[in-house]
Amino acid sequence: ARLRAEVLNCPSMAGADGDDSLYPIAVLIDELRNEDVQLRLNSIKKLSTIALALGVERTRTELLPFLTDTIYDEDEVLLALAEQLGNFTMLVGGPEYVHCLLPPLESLATVEETVVRDKAVESLRKISHEHSPVDLEVHFEPLVKRLASGDWFTSRTSACGLFSVCYPRVSSTVKAEIRQHFRNLCSDDTPMVRRAAASKLGEFAKVLELEYVKSDIISLFTALASDEQDSVRLLAVEACVSIATLLPQEDLETLVMPTLRQAAEDKSWRVRYMVADKFSELQKAVGPEITKNDLVPAFQNLLKDCEAEVRAAAANKVKEFCENLPEDSRETIIMTHILPCVKELVSDTNQHVKSALASVIMGLSTILGKDNTIEHLLPLFLAQLKDECPEVRLNIISNLDCVNEVIGIRQLSQSLLPAIVELAEDAKWRVRLAIIEYMPLLAGQLGVEFFDEKLNSLCMAWLVDHVYAIREAATCNLTKLVEKFGAEWAQNTIVPKVLGMANDPNYLHRMTTLFCINALSEACGQEITTKHMLPVVLKMSNDQVANVRFNVAKSLQKIGPVLDSNCLQTEVKPVLEKLAADQDIDVKYFAQEAISVLALA
Amino acid sequence: MEGDGGSEIKQWCLSQVKGAIDDDVTEADIISAVEFNHSGELLATGDRGGRIVIFQQEQESKTLAHSRGEYNVYSTFQSHEPEFDYLKSLEIEEKINKIRWLPQKNAAHFLLSTNDKTIKLWKISERDKRPEGYNLKEEDGRYKDPTSVTTLRVPVFQPMDLMVEASPRRVYANAHTYHINSISVNSDNETYLSADDLRINLWHLDFTDRSFNIVDIKPTNMEELTEVITASEFHPLQCNTFVYGSSKGSVRLCDMRAAALCDQHSKLFEEPEDPSARSFFSEIISSVSDVKFSHSGRYMMTRDYLTIKIWDLNMESQPVETYQVHEYLRSKLCSLYENDCIFDKFECCWSHDDSEVMTGSYNNFFRMFGRDGQAGVTLEASWESSSPRCPLRPWRVCAGSRRKEDEIGVDCLDFSRKILHTSWHPQDGIIAMATVNNLYIFQEKLN
Repeated sequence: ARLRAEVLNCPSMAGADGDDSLYPIAVLIDELRNEDVQLRLNSIKKLSTIALALGVERTRTELLPFLTDTIYDEDEVLLALAEQLGNFTMLVGGPEYVHCLLPPLESLATVEETVVRDKAVESLRKISHEHSPVDLEVHFEPLVKRLASGDWFTSRTSACGLFSVCYPRVSSTVKAEIRQHFRNLCSDDTPMVRRAAASKLGEFAKVLELEYVKSDIISLFTALASDEQDSVRLLAVEACVSIATLLPQEDLETLVMPTLRQAAEDKSWRVRYMVADKFSELQKAVGPEITKNDLVPAFQNLLKDCEAEVRAAAANKVKEFCENLPEDSRETIIMTHILPCVKELVSDTNQHVKSALASVIMGLSTILGKDNTIEHLLPLFLAQLKDECPEVRLNIISNLDCVNEVIGIRQLSQSLLPAIVELAEDAKWRVRLAIIEYMPLLAGQLGVEFFDEKLNSLCMAWLVDHVYAIREAATCNLTKLVEKFGAEWAQNTIVPKVLGMANDPNYLHRMTTLFCINALSEACGQEITTKHMLPVVLKMSNDQVANVRFNVAKSLQKIGPVLDSNCLQTEVKPVLEKLAADQDIDVKYFAQEAISVLALA
Repeated sequence: MEGDGGSEIKQWCLSQVKGAIDDDVTEADIISAVEFNHSGELLATGDRGGRIVIFQQEQESKTLAHSRGEYNVYSTFQSHEPEFDYLKSLEIEEKINKIRWLPQKNAAHFLLSTNDKTIKLWKISERDKRPEGYNLKEEDGRYKDPTSVTTLRVPVFQPMDLMVEASPRRVYANAHTYHINSISVNSDNETYLSADDLRINLWHLDFTDRSFNIVDIKPTNMEELTEVITASEFHPLQCNTFVYGSSKGSVRLCDMRAAALCDQHSKLFEEPEDPSARSFFSEIISSVSDVKFSHSGRYMMTRDYLTIKIWDLNMESQPVETYQVHEYLRSKLCSLYENDCIFDKFECCWSHDDSEVMTGSYNNFFRMFGRDGQAGVTLEASWESSSPRCPLRPWRVCAGSRRKEDEIGVDCLDFSRKILHTSWHPQDGIIAMATVNNLYIFQEKLN
């Protein structure tokens, strides 16, 4: 650091033989090996500056060999280095020399830290496109082979991500070799490598010729999908999506479906979870016929799975699955196969399952239409609105808009109100906070009349909640309500109540009045602010609590722009001047700040 | 009843003793963990002072039969420091409870070490090159006149003396309310478990901010607590299977495929109690102090206070083999209870080919049992009474006073000298064990 300071302090020291543009670069180069990680990182991030100063020749012959040996460094430095090298092609002399970047990236692709390795692979993939077809075979492909047959599994896992970028651009002999390497990695001894291969199977399949997809990929897919390691099998499910998309419909039944069926009934819940989680993608990939015959029963089983994690994942997909069913039989399938399972899930023993379902179940009403919704779904919504778990109720309430469109909210309002009131008074403040956030939505759906009658008192009660976060959210909520219902409504319903709190014996509540005014003045406009709010604020400048007084100063600063200049000069200025002479230092400070911001000095 | 099969069993020779040969032992130097890595080339020890010492097999003598058990210090580092939990007003000792090596993934080596609360992942790597050449200073640190810099210089890596570095890679903290007694790496190479008295958590090696609770035996009312977890291990081949032993002497095998929370075991290994032998000490001495799967994954070994039991995973009702470690102590349980020795947690280990098992005892004795049903031998870890390359002499412990040269009376045993921590080279006839502050390495005599 001393060195750095010295150099930066004497930028003009360059003598006759020195070149002052060298100094910053010299510092950057020296700091590549500084003891302080932050400085090393800083230098690595400016690697392009260094390379530019060295020129392409020296970058290739000196900088890159140095970087290749730098793999002992901290992860964050290596990560930055791996990223930089992906954009280095021009700095080494363009595509003709891009292969010079391979050695440092190759050594980065073998480090143990997954993020660094992944970044190195990403950069390698990027620069592979900059290789000419000849260079790809002469330089890039041998690197992939070296990695694929490396002693350590870190290098073999990295190789898995590189096959798909070179395959399309090499000769058929090399293609055959690449396929062989990929096959080997799919049956590697270590689960790490098999996992890497399984996760790249889909991507590799996409670049292969269809005949090889059928001959090679399918057998690898089948093998990985019955691997002894759960963590490998579950990755094969993902590959299933891409492979199914590549194959013609008539081959799916024989080549993919046996494996998919097996995965959906795997002994390990993690594999079944993966199937549930990828269900929509799978459904699209296999098409409507197979969905009808195979996926519907599979989905039913997942909804009834013995493991709650699986049921929750499947419950999350209910709406999407139903939406994507073929139109001709959608309603029948839902009514006869899916809905019975959904009904059971409403009273599931696990609350995550119930809340997962609650977050999507309302979406079914648009699919099923008015009559079915009223007859079949409404009882479920009502049951969930009474669920013991607040998250379930919240999830229902947060999706009310879907139902409103189909059947109108009146059907629900009888049950809705008690549910809202209960959540509004929940002992956990996070639950109260969540319901406040849905208030504007509810107000919009239920209309102003219903709101005034039933919900307004709740909104006002939150303003005096004993938790600050709730009072703050309640203030913010008022602004949104005013935006929805208009200034006139505010003047009649909210403003009197808010202003009434200015005389509350609790100073925290008096401050809430100020916070509300801050939030509402703009939405309410000049007239209401000047006539109703300002007098209250000004009066509060005499409050005995200093916190209230300095908040008066802050409020005046905030609402100042809404007021006209006459009012500012005659009413606001004297009060601020008085506060600026307050004995409390904070009050003085904020008063002075307000005076200068409002330009009243 | 003690081993008379000494001549049948393989012979062992003392190879090395590590640590100060001194009666004056400081608490911090007491070894609390011993573990070979997967190739057997490295051997790690942890101590009560939170230090880890790693020994490396001598490269030159690795292939020589008579000196293959020679290990030299490779790296020493401080793994854990004493801490204070301000919320609970509790001191957290730095003592290393367990060390487990990760399968090797690149040129560096990785191990997990744990004290009562926090697990750490360490990387042990070699460096034999260092960069040379600055632009603005000399190699010795003197600054150059900045005006003299006319060209840029890129540092070059030059060979240097080998340096071994240990660097902390991950710290897995704040997941255990009780004391961690076991850690075990899964065969999937990406997850591991950690067990404390009441819970077992599953971690992904790459994530330190979350772990999944897979076993929780904490009763809602702590007064109903009758059993604690004492040891836990993953199956060496099946990624979904793990076992945990309890203070009541049973071992539960769980299948992680069945459910996310493995509160329901799929197998319970428990030997029916003999009502005639029941005493005040029955439960204490049946507590499982260690559980280890065989390398093949077919069997599992448990150690309780007086015995080693070998279980076939396919038979839950009773062990297939039982070995008496020091049955002569049964009559002395009362005094062992009074001096707390009865709560000692002895580890046990399998030979590289699963054909023998080993565990420690008192008086710096350790016991080796062949799996062919022999009674086993008692050997002593002592630098005084063994000479290099000479086979160790088996001892007999007898009830009465000492009679022959190779016999010792029960009353003469030194209970302060005990071998709790043992490890067997995973591919060779080399064993390592800790007496109080010394590490003993023995090798099998090859003919």
